[in-house]
Amino acid sequence: MVPLLSLKQFFNDMRRQKLRTLMTTFGIFWGTCAIVLLFAFGKGITEAQLKSQRGLGENIAIFWPGITSKEFKGLPKGRRIRFTEDDIAMIKARATTVSRISPEYSRWSVTIKHGKNTYNQQVIGIWPEFGEMRNIIPDVGSRFINDLDIAGRRRVIFIGDRLKEDLFGSEPAVGETILLDGVPFTVIGVMKEKKQDSSYSGRDNRKGFIPSSTFKTMYSARRLNDFVVQCKPELTMKQTKDEIYGILGGRYKFDPTDTEALSVWDTTEGFAFLKTFFMAFSAFLVGIGVATLITGGIGVTNIMNVVLEERTKEIGIKMALGARKSMILSQFVVETLMITAVGGLSGFLFAYLIVSIFPYLNLDEFIGVPMIDTSIGLLAVVLIGIVGFTAGIFPARRAANLQPVQALKLF
Amino acid sequence: MIEMKELRKAYTTGKVEFEALKGIDLSIKHSEMVAVVGPSGSGKSTLMNIIGCLDVPTSGEYRLEDDPVNEMTSNQLADIRNKKIGFVFQAFNLLPYATAYENIEVPLLFARVSGKKRRERVNELLARVGLADKAGNKPTEMSGGEMQRTAIARSLANDPDLILADEPTGNLDSKSGGEIVKIFHELWSAGKTVIIITHDMNIAEQAQRIIRLKDGLVEGNGNLA
Repeated sequence: MVPLLSLKQFFNDMRRQKLRTLMTTFGIFWGTCAIVLLFAFGKGITEAQLKSQRGLGENIAIFWPGITSKEFKGLPKGRRIRFTEDDIAMIKARATTVSRISPEYSRWSVTIKHGKNTYNQQVIGIWPEFGEMRNIIPDVGSRFINDLDIAGRRRVIFIGDRLKEDLFGSEPAVGETILLDGVPFTVIGVMKEKKQDSSYSGRDNRKGFIPSSTFKTMYSARRLNDFVVQCKPELTMKQTKDEIYGILGGRYKFDPTDTEALSVWDTTEGFAFLKTFFMAFSAFLVGIGVATLITGGIGVTNIMNVVLEERTKEIGIKMALGARKSMILSQFVVETLMITAVGGLSGFLFAYLIVSIFPYLNLDEFIGVPMIDTSIGLLAVVLIGIVGFTAGIFPARRAANLQPVQALKLF
Repeated sequence: MIEMKELRKAYTTGKVEFEALKGIDLSIKHSEMVAVVGPSGSGKSTLMNIIGCLDVPTSGEYRLEDDPVNEMTSNQLADIRNKKIGFVFQAFNLLPYATAYENIEVPLLFARVSGKKRRERVNELLARVGLADKAGNKPTEMSGGEMQRTAIARSLANDPDLILADEPTGNLDSKSGGEIVKIFHELWSAGKTVIIITHDMNIAEQAQRIIRLKDGLVEGNGNLA
C-alpha cells in the first residue's frame, strides 16, 4: 500500500480546515458548473437553429420562372422562361443528379370552409415527394398525398397543423370534408408540428396541400409557380443546378450559363453559412470555456497559495514528528483529488439540475433546449483538477523537499 | 549516544555565506542531562536541529547510537525523528487547528500505532503532563504552559530515548517554566537523555553538564555535579 498517512489524520485535517477546503471545492465546483452550462446552452442553441433551418428541407433548391439575360442562338435576351408540370416530369426522367423533384402550383387566398369556420389560406398542388423533401411529416393517423391521389385526381387535402386547429380546434380532422372555394375535399392528413424559420411562401403550418393533378384541373392551371428539387446526398446542389439549367435550357432555348433565366434559391448555401457560423460559435464557446478554466484555475491556485504559509509550517511540524515525505505528498494528492472530485461532481450535478429544470421555463423557442455534453463536462473536471492539482502539489512538494527546520522557519 | 566530530554547518543567504557551526566535537552519553548555553547567534539552535535530525550538517560526522546520520535516507531520518527523538520547541509548534489530544496523537499515527493502543497512550501522556481535562482544547484555548506541556507529551508519544528542548521555557512565565523544567527532570530521572537549550542559568544549573557555545564553537564543556 502507498504510505498513505492514516485516513483518520487525513479526514481530521480536512474537517479542521473547513474554510480552505470549502473555498477550493467551490472554485472547482464553479468552474465545472460554468463550463458545463456554457457548452450545454451552446449546443442547445446550435441544435435549435439547425433544426428550424431543416424545417424548410435539407439539400433542396427552389426554382422560379426567370427572364433571360443573354442572347442565345439568335434569340434576344429578356424572354420570360416559365415551366409546366411536363417539364418537371422530363427533368425527373432525365436528370441523374436529382434525388427528388416536385412541381408546385400555388394559389393564395383560397376560401377554406369547415362548418362555420372559414379561412382564406394558401393552397398548393404538389407531388408526393414534396412532403419528404420539405420535412412535412404526417401526424399520427395521417398520410401525405400519394401517387394514387395524383393518378385519380382525387379531391383530397393534407393540411398544416395550425390550419387544422383553426378549422377543427381539438376535434379530429382526418376523414372530415372541407370546402375549397366551394368544392368538397376530404382531409387525409395533418402535418406534425415542426420548427421552420425560413420559407419562400409562408409557413407550412397554415397551408393546404392537394395533388398537383387535382389543382391543375380545378383551377385550369398550366404554368407552375415553382418547383422544388433535392439533390442526391453525395452530390452538391451546384451539379444539380447545372444539370437542370442544361435540360431546361435545351427545351426553352436559353444559354445554360444564363443564371437569370431561372430564379433559384439554393438553401444549401444558407445551411453551409449556418454551419460555418455555428462552427465559429463553437470556437467562441471553447474560447470562453478555456478562459473560464484559466480563471477557475487561478482561483484554485490563489487559494492554494494563500494557505501555503500555513501549510508549509504544518508540513514542517509533521516532518519534525516523523512524517515521511511520501506520507505528506500522498496526503496532498488524495486531498486535492477528493476536493476536485467533490467540486467537479457537484458542479456537474448542479449544471445538470439547471439543465433539467430549464425545459419547464418555456424558453426553448428562443435558445433551444440545453444539452449536457458529458465528455466536455468530464474534460472540464479533469482540466480544473489538473490545474488545482498542480497548484496544490508543487508547493507541497517543494515544502516536503526542505529540511524540516527550513519548512518550520520559512515563514 | 551522540558523537560529533568536526561538525560544520554553513547557511547561504543570497551571496553571503554564514557559518553557524565551525567544527563541533561533542559526545553525549545515555541518560545524561545536558544544558546548552551561549549568546544569541552562537549556534545553539543549529546544533540542536542537527542533533534532532531536523537539519543536516554541511560537513563533519554525526553518529546517533553509533549510526552515521550523514548516510541516512530521508525516510530513515523521518523514522528516527518519529521514534528515537522527541523535540520540544520554544514556539510549541502545535498544529493550530487540532486539539491537545489530536496533537499528541500525530506521532502515533505516523508510527501506525493501532487505534486502541493509540487512545491509551494519548490519555496516559495527557495525565502525565497534567492535562487530562484539557484533551479537547485547541492551542488557542490553552495557556502557554499548557501548550508546552502538550508539546512535551507529544514529544514523548513514541517513547523516544532522546528528548531535545530548544528554549522550552523561553515563551513562558517563571511559574509555568518551573513546571516544565520539573517534567524534564522527571524524564531524566526515568532514564531519558535530555538536552535543553536555555538562556536561563537557573535551569542550566539543574543539568549534569553545561555545554557553552560561542561563535559556532564549543567554548566550555564541564560537569556540574
